[in-house]
Amino acid sequence: MNPNLKRLRRSMMFLNCQKPALIKDPYIYAPDSIMLDLEDAVAEREKDAARYSLFHALREIDYRGVERVVRINGLDTDLWQEDIRCSVAGGCDAIRIPKTETAEDVKRVEAAVAAAEEEFHVEKGRTLIMAALESARGVMNAYEICKSSPLLFGIALSGGDYTKDLQTSISGTGVELMGARQHMIIAARAAGVQCFDTVYTNLNDMEGFRKDVETIHTMGFDGKSIINPRQIPIVHEIYTPKPKDIIFAEKVVREIDTKKAQGIGVFTVDGKMIDIAFYDGAKRTLALAKASGVYKGDM
Amino acid sequence: MIIGKSAVAGTLESSDAQVTVEPSESGLEVEISSSVMNQYGRQIRATVMKTLERLDVHSGKVTVVDKGALDCTLKARVECAVYRSNDIKDAMSWGGAIV
Repeated sequence: MNPNLKRLRRSMMFLNCQKPALIKDPYIYAPDSIMLDLEDAVAEREKDAARYSLFHALREIDYRGVERVVRINGLDTDLWQEDIRCSVAGGCDAIRIPKTETAEDVKRVEAAVAAAEEEFHVEKGRTLIMAALESARGVMNAYEICKSSPLLFGIALSGGDYTKDLQTSISGTGVELMGARQHMIIAARAAGVQCFDTVYTNLNDMEGFRKDVETIHTMGFDGKSIINPRQIPIVHEIYTPKPKDIIFAEKVVREIDTKKAQGIGVFTVDGKMIDIAFYDGAKRTLALAKASGVYKGDM
Repeated sequence: MIIGKSAVAGTLESSDAQVTVEPSESGLEVEISSSVMNQYGRQIRATVMKTLERLDVHSGKVTVVDKGALDCTLKARVECAVYRSNDIKDAMSWGGAIV
C-alpha cells in the first residue's frame, strides 16, 4: 500500500502552471500539498505551455516534502491523457480528477496512470488519485467514487461548479454547501478515504474564511483547498490540536489501556465519562498532533 | 527538428522568459537579452543551446527575452516554441527529448 494514502493534507494550495512565478517556490509558505493546475486556471491556448512548465518544475524544483498533486483537464476534453503522461513522467505524487461523476471516471484515470507509470518506468502505484466532485450527480455517487480505486486517497468538493449545477450560488454562509459537505464526509468515512472542502474565494474576508474552516473542521473534513498563501496559517492553526487536547488525549489512551487490563469498561478522566469509544478519537488527535509537529510523545 | 514556422512561447512577466523562433536557412542564430545578463548570461545561453541541441534544432533564429526565469522555465519555453513551430502538442517525448 502506498504510505502516502493517509498523509497530512490540511492545506492544499492551487497554483497555476501557466505562471512560472507561482510554481517556482510555493514551499516557502509550507502548505501540506500543492495542486499544480493544468485545468481552469490555464488559458486554452496555453495548455501546451503549462505542461512543459509543469514537467520541468516537477523534475527540477525541490518542493521540500510538500505533496505535488496535478489537476488535469476534464475527461470530456482531449487533453487529460497527455496531462497524465506529462505529470507521471515528471514524477508527481497524485492526480486530481476534475468533474468526477462516476466510479468509472476514476477507473479510466487509474488505467491511464498505470500505463504512464509503465511507459516512464515509474514505480507501479506510486501515483495516487483524488477526485473532485463538482455536480449533483458526482455528490450523489460519492460513496461509489470513494470505493472505486485503492489508489484514491480522497474526494474534494468543488463548490463553484457544484452550486451552479444546483442552480444557486456561493452565499458566504455555507448553507448551499451543507448537503454536499455532509454527504461527502459520510461517504468518505464509510469508504475509509479522506475528504477535502472547497476553496473560499473572498480574500478580503479572512474572518469569514476562519469561520468556514472552523465549520468544516467540526464536520470532520481532513483539510481545505486554498487559493492564497495567507489562508494557510489559519487552516493549520485550526487543524493543529491544542496542548490541552493533546494532554487529554494522552490521558484517555493511557487510562483506557490501564483500565482495560483491570477489566473496567467505563470510568472518568478529568470529570468526563470515558469508554472504549473514545480510544480511536484520542489516538487520532495524537497522530494529527505528531504529524503537525506539536507532539513528540510515543503514544 | 526544423523550425517549421514562426512561434512564440512565454511572457515578459517576472520569473518568465519569452522565446520566439523563426525559420532560417543560414544556420542557428540565438539572441538573448536578460534583466540579469551580467550575472547569468552565460548560464542562460548554455541552457538555451543545450535545449535546442536536445531537440535537434540546428537552424533557425531564436530570440530569448529573459525576465529572471529559472533554468526549468527557460527549457520549458524553448521547447514550447519549437514544438509550436511544428504544431506538435501530443504524444510528447517526456523524459526523452524533453528532459
